[in-house]
Amino acid sequence: MKKLISLLLVSATLLLCGSSRAAEHITVKGSDTMVILAQKWAETYMKAHKDVTVMVTGGGSGTGIAALINGTTTLANCSRPIKPKETKDAMANNITPVEYKVAMDALAVIVNAQNPVNELSMNQIGAIYTGKISNWKEVGGPDHRIMRYSRESNSGTYVFFKEHVMQDKDYAPDCQNMPGTSAVAEAVSKDSWGIGYGGVAYFAKMKELKILRVKKDNTSKGVSPLKQDGTVDFEAVWKTEYPVARYLYCYSIGKPSGKVQEYLNWILSKEGQTIVEEIGYVPLSK
Amino acid sequence: MKKNRKLAGVIFENICRFFTIISLIAVVLILGSLFLKGKGLITWEFLTTEPLDGMTKGGIFPAIFGTICVTVLMIIFALPLGVASAIYLVEYAGTGFLARTIRAAVNNLAGVPSIVFGLFGVGFFILFVGRNIDKVLQTGLLFGQPAMLWAAATLGVLVLPVVIVSTEEALRAVPLSHREAAYALGATKFQVVSRVVLPQSLSGILTGAILSVSRGAGETAPILFTGCAYFLPRLPVVTIPYLNIPMINPLDQFMELSYHLFIMATQSIDAQATRPIQYGTAFILITLTFILNLSAISLRIYFRRRHKR
Amino acid sequence: MLSTRGINHTIRDERIILPSTTPPRKEASLSLRDTPLRAKARHRLKLKVQEFFIEKFLFLNGLASIIIIALIFVFLFRTGIKAFIEIKPLQFIGTHIVDFSGQEVFAYIWQPVGEQGKYSLIPLVLGSLLVAIPATIIATILGLGTGVYLAEIASRRVRELIKPAVELLAGIPTIIIGFLCLSSLGTIIQNLFHTTFRLNAFVGALGVSLVIIPVIATITEDTIRAIPDDLREAAYALGATKWETTWRVLIPAGISGITAAILLGMGRAIGETMIVLMATGNAAIVTLNIFSSVRTMTATIAGELGAVAQGSAQYYALFLVGATIFTFTFFLNLVSEIIVNRMRAKLKL
Repeated sequence: MKKLISLLLVSATLLLCGSSRAAEHITVKGSDTMVILAQKWAETYMKAHKDVTVMVTGGGSGTGIAALINGTTTLANCSRPIKPKETKDAMANNITPVEYKVAMDALAVIVNAQNPVNELSMNQIGAIYTGKISNWKEVGGPDHRIMRYSRESNSGTYVFFKEHVMQDKDYAPDCQNMPGTSAVAEAVSKDSWGIGYGGVAYFAKMKELKILRVKKDNTSKGVSPLKQDGTVDFEAVWKTEYPVARYLYCYSIGKPSGKVQEYLNWILSKEGQTIVEEIGYVPLSK
Repeated sequence: MKKNRKLAGVIFENICRFFTIISLIAVVLILGSLFLKGKGLITWEFLTTEPLDGMTKGGIFPAIFGTICVTVLMIIFALPLGVASAIYLVEYAGTGFLARTIRAAVNNLAGVPSIVFGLFGVGFFILFVGRNIDKVLQTGLLFGQPAMLWAAATLGVLVLPVVIVSTEEALRAVPLSHREAAYALGATKFQVVSRVVLPQSLSGILTGAILSVSRGAGETAPILFTGCAYFLPRLPVVTIPYLNIPMINPLDQFMELSYHLFIMATQSIDAQATRPIQYGTAFILITLTFILNLSAISLRIYFRRRHKR
Repeated sequence: MLSTRGINHTIRDERIILPSTTPPRKEASLSLRDTPLRAKARHRLKLKVQEFFIEKFLFLNGLASIIIIALIFVFLFRTGIKAFIEIKPLQFIGTHIVDFSGQEVFAYIWQPVGEQGKYSLIPLVLGSLLVAIPATIIATILGLGTGVYLAEIASRRVRELIKPAVELLAGIPTIIIGFLCLSSLGTIIQNLFHTTFRLNAFVGALGVSLVIIPVIATITEDTIRAIPDDLREAAYALGATKWETTWRVLIPAGISGITAAILLGMGRAIGETMIVLMATGNAAIVTLNIFSSVRTMTATIAGELGAVAQGSAQYYALFLVGATIFTFTFFLNLVSEIIVNRMRAKLKL
């Protein structure tokens, strides 16, 4: 009995001894669109800088901002700008979010490769997702119901799409909400009548998907986020010729200092931006 | 007339056989498809290296390590509590109202959905217990965050009924005559329990522990929000400064096999490239749970046979 | 081995003298003398005190399950009730929106993120039931068949092989079943039934039924095996065939256990998370069409909890959804518990 108690006490002490967070530990939470990019950044940065550890978790832009407000993360990745209400909540917790634009992203609108439709205007895409247009024949396709695939409401992609493509109107209730862009790709690739959206990097290599050209309005020419050779068209994004493009943000708690500032600087440098290109996003214009 | 009845009997038997075969086919299909698609990837390297290159290459060692860590911690939570609970239920509580309420509570706990445990983990362990510990010990936000400790506690609560029921079964399997003999020799109640009954039921308790480990390793919903991370640069290990002993840091987040599979299946950029790794991870996970389940079941059969003699 | 601490002995002149033969020494202040009898009494008292504390300690541990269930209740409802502060109760049923033709409609929509947060629980509850009920039906048919086969038809050797295999089905992590449903099963079902939605409640129900079959099968088998042989022998004596006995005597006799199993299975089906998260499409549609995409209560929590800011209306609403699930499964478990207890009492008589 005594042995048991002393063993328990010793192990409890040892357990508590080890409880700590490592110094120079950067936590990055947030956007699932950016999680692959964030992880590659972290991996490459840590190879060169052994004294810093960067931990990456996804969960959606909403998660990242929520973590920032609760103070449980150092940096928050966001595929949409922070909302005024969120800034207010943060300030109420004595946290001032500072915004950094770290990359750009072309949001691709995808359909199944068997779908004859090749381009849509922003209005049409918005009308499809709000539920106004429900049949492919209304936009030049075959006579069949449109199967809409979307993201969960915690996704920055979801919010950005809503604000910029749907003019902030609500999604149709029959949108199927997938737990990640990869799941959207998977679903649309297997559904001949599907339509979906997400960061172009997720779709560029999938043969079963077709990336639509997007027209700014009914009279302009349809622009594709990809060049002829299949790589992402940076110029189209920088010159806003491709209308469904956005910045990717990183928020920190107050003005960052020390290692966090170094990490952010590295992300914005040529090295960090080269990684952006490799993954399939759009680097910031020079 | 008799022929019809006999025919009906044969049809009935075969329908039952058919349904059983369907259930078994499902097991075989699942195992088979995972085995076929995942076995190509299982090399020593896969099991012992870290994921590289945006999860498209490399291994899943941190996930395996994290799974082992969290299940060990979960057992530390669940086993003592569950065994003590079962001892009380069997040896001390009798058959009164209290015993029936406890048993009802155990059965109810077994039926609580795993996502509700996840909510409980966030709402109670992290936000209530963790934040209050921080207030008392003045440690900022050290305990009030998702961490392995809280994920293990949540899993521990989830598997508690498994431990209690297995231990109860094991304790009841000890014949009454053994207990009576001990009492006759003048032992106190606790002496009977600790020196006569418990040693004989260790095998059943072991079975319960193995079953709970297999259950805990396979659950995703409770740990989604209580401590899992997608990519951690290092293992949740810390070295105690002066003693230089590496040990698990329970306040760290961790990678876990089922969570890793979930994230890869829903959020990896290059689904084609990671698909083999997804199958590989699923294969490892299911092999792990199957080995555990099989050993628990065989142990149970073996010890039942031994006691019957 | 019992401890021998209670028995004192003294060695004097190289002889072991037992307490019963040691005469009490005649010395001054006998009361301070440590007699063997007194030491024995003291030791027994020490054991009694130990026993008392140990019993109280074990009692507290025994209460653990009750305490935990109570805590879950308290924390879920405490946070869930706060949802009623921020959101009007009527909104949990539906909201007034203006639809495309300009008319104002009372719509049942769950869409917490929007210009107007919509918190109707109806699509979620319907979604959970639309997956759970078909799953339970499929699992009951397959599980009952398997249970009866294992109990009555299979030989002992076959049973020892197949029963573990069925229990293995229970051990498959649900994320793997969900993963396989998302990638393979959806396509198979779409090709077979030409469904509109590739990911729908039926695919989810199939996946969930895989998890419930072992529950129903093992409890059914235990129930039928527990029925005393007298009933069987009486039926055979009256000339019944094996299947007539099973179908008309045994199953009715064990109907309480079987009902309890089905209720437990249904509770499990309502509470399943990972399979429905990946396989049902998560569209909050109000429908009774099993081939439509649905959004279950559990998938809503799993999909949205990570992102909510604490203290927001959505956060409380999610806890309210959790409280609803907990209430459903609690009552299902309670009813099945009462049925099982009644059956046990009946069989013992």
